[in-house]
Amino acid sequence: MRNPYRTQKIAFSLLFLATLLIVVPVGLIVIVIIFKGFPAINWQFLSDIPRQGMRSGGIFPAIIGTLYLVAGAIIFALPIGLLAAIYLSEYSKENVLNRIIRLAIINLSGVPSVVYGLFGLALFVVFFKFGASILAGSLTLGIMILPVIITTSREALESVPDSFREVSLSLGVSKWQTIRHIVLPNAIPGILTGTILGLGRAAGETAPILFTVAAFYLPRLPKSIFDQAMALPYHLYVISTQVPNVDEKIRYGTALVLLALVLFMNLVAIIIRYQFRRRKKW
Amino acid sequence: MKKIETKNLKLWYGKFQALKSVNSAFTANRITAIIGPSGCGKSTLLRVFNRMNDLIEGIRTEGEVVIDNENILDSKTDLVVLRKKVGMVFQRPNPFPLSIYENIVFGEKIHVDHVSKESLDEIVERSLKDVLLWDELKDRLKEPALRLSLEQKQRLCIARLIAVKPDVLLMDEPCSTLDPQSTSRVEELMRELKNKYTIIIVTHNMQQAARVSDDTGFMLLGELIEFGQTHNIFTAPKDKRTEDYITGRYG
Ligand SMILES: Nc1ncnc2c1ncn2[C@@H]1O[C@H](COP(=O)(O)OP(=O)(O)OP(=O)(O)O)[C@@H](O)[C@H]1O
Ligand SMILES: [Mg+2]
Repeated sequence: MRNPYRTQKIAFSLLFLATLLIVVPVGLIVIVIIFKGFPAINWQFLSDIPRQGMRSGGIFPAIIGTLYLVAGAIIFALPIGLLAAIYLSEYSKENVLNRIIRLAIINLSGVPSVVYGLFGLALFVVFFKFGASILAGSLTLGIMILPVIITTSREALESVPDSFREVSLSLGVSKWQTIRHIVLPNAIPGILTGTILGLGRAAGETAPILFTVAAFYLPRLPKSIFDQAMALPYHLYVISTQVPNVDEKIRYGTALVLLALVLFMNLVAIIIRYQFRRRKKW
Repeated sequence: MKKIETKNLKLWYGKFQALKSVNSAFTANRITAIIGPSGCGKSTLLRVFNRMNDLIEGIRTEGEVVIDNENILDSKTDLVVLRKKVGMVFQRPNPFPLSIYENIVFGEKIHVDHVSKESLDEIVERSLKDVLLWDELKDRLKEPALRLSLEQKQRLCIARLIAVKPDVLLMDEPCSTLDPQSTSRVEELMRELKNKYTIIIVTHNMQQAARVSDDTGFMLLGELIEFGQTHNIFTAPKDKRTEDYITGRYG
């Protein structure tokens, strides 16, 4: 005879174990990085340029570089992504073209980031002659996060109930005014969430900036968008593999700063989403 | 005075014909009820009058709908102007997730540039008084409209509508989510409103049609079977099918 209680217990334990298996590596990574990196964190580390062949000093230019790149990516990707999402959810009719566009967006989000890097190199650095620059790197990162922004914005727009649109139109409000005054305001939290998740991804990727902007060692701040810049993920890669005898503390300190930056962005996204869920009542 | 007239109005959803040669006339300052079994085309007819059916793909109309001497089915019709004139109250009360105040001034703020705070305040007061909500809500104008009771929400939706100064109020089963007391209060309101507007109400509730309407149209399978004064329709229907329906023998 089968014992249903025993089966249930086994199933429960398996499920619990699987969940634990997900949490453990994440927790371990965070703990190790905090423990090994925290001793490196001080004001000088955050505000000074790298010194002695990056073996001492700080990582200020890399932090600033990453912030520039992320800001540039968003300036480029948010308007385009949002407009595309509005078109797709509010205007486009269900047809072959629409389906091809949707398929393209899904596939775009599956393209490996190094391919975006090569693409950025070919298009922005070489063809448009921007050179390796903040501009080229931002555009490359922007293209990489476009699919996330389009997909989440579109979901946010489509989650606004049709009845709102209908009432608004029935009051003699035009379609565009309806989008502008009713649909967008109610979709903004979802759009923000998607944007910030995209930002987190842009901040952490190495491959797309490798050929398009990242400087190996540039102990000063960039002066214009046509300058190269250091960036946290690439700097981490350099001091971990390309420069011998870098103190472990400095490597983990850099990793900790990068991790904190990305986690912070995700945290903001989660808070916005949570606030929105609580407020939303339809 | 004839406010709305349909002449040989036909409508297709793709291949399916939902309205078959509807001829009718709706008079200003009267309440006209449209009754009939589910799926007979009542909502479809109502949504022709403010062209809300345009949102549906594959829809096609023939014939004429004349409102104030203009055929509104004409492709040159300005939908913004039409919909300001012919407003709609929906089945489910559907205020926007905004404050009570913002709900009412929503249309005005969009339609009129640089409208002053005073005139907005005035619109809110007048509209709420018209739907008999002013005393209840005058101290709660900043509260979210979603917190109101169902009846209050539906009244608010009517206030939001009359704030854009329509001539015609289309109501598609406006009381179907309300309890009997709220229903009778909303009916009271409709009688009040008919002095200023042309009201067309779709209802499943025969008593309601008999109570509030001056004229009644009975529809069946996309056809307008009988149309006339409510009193005559309910006491001396000319068509056997009308009689069957109002005596509950239909279907
Ligand atoms: N968007 C649509 N596409 C295709 N057919 C539709 C559409 N809307 C309504 N119909 C059909 O048209 C007919 C009339 O529908 P309508 O909604 O006008 O009926 P109704 O009288 O309002 O019914 P109810 O009392 O249930 O609200 C029905 O047979 C319905 O299935
Ligand atoms: Mg209906």
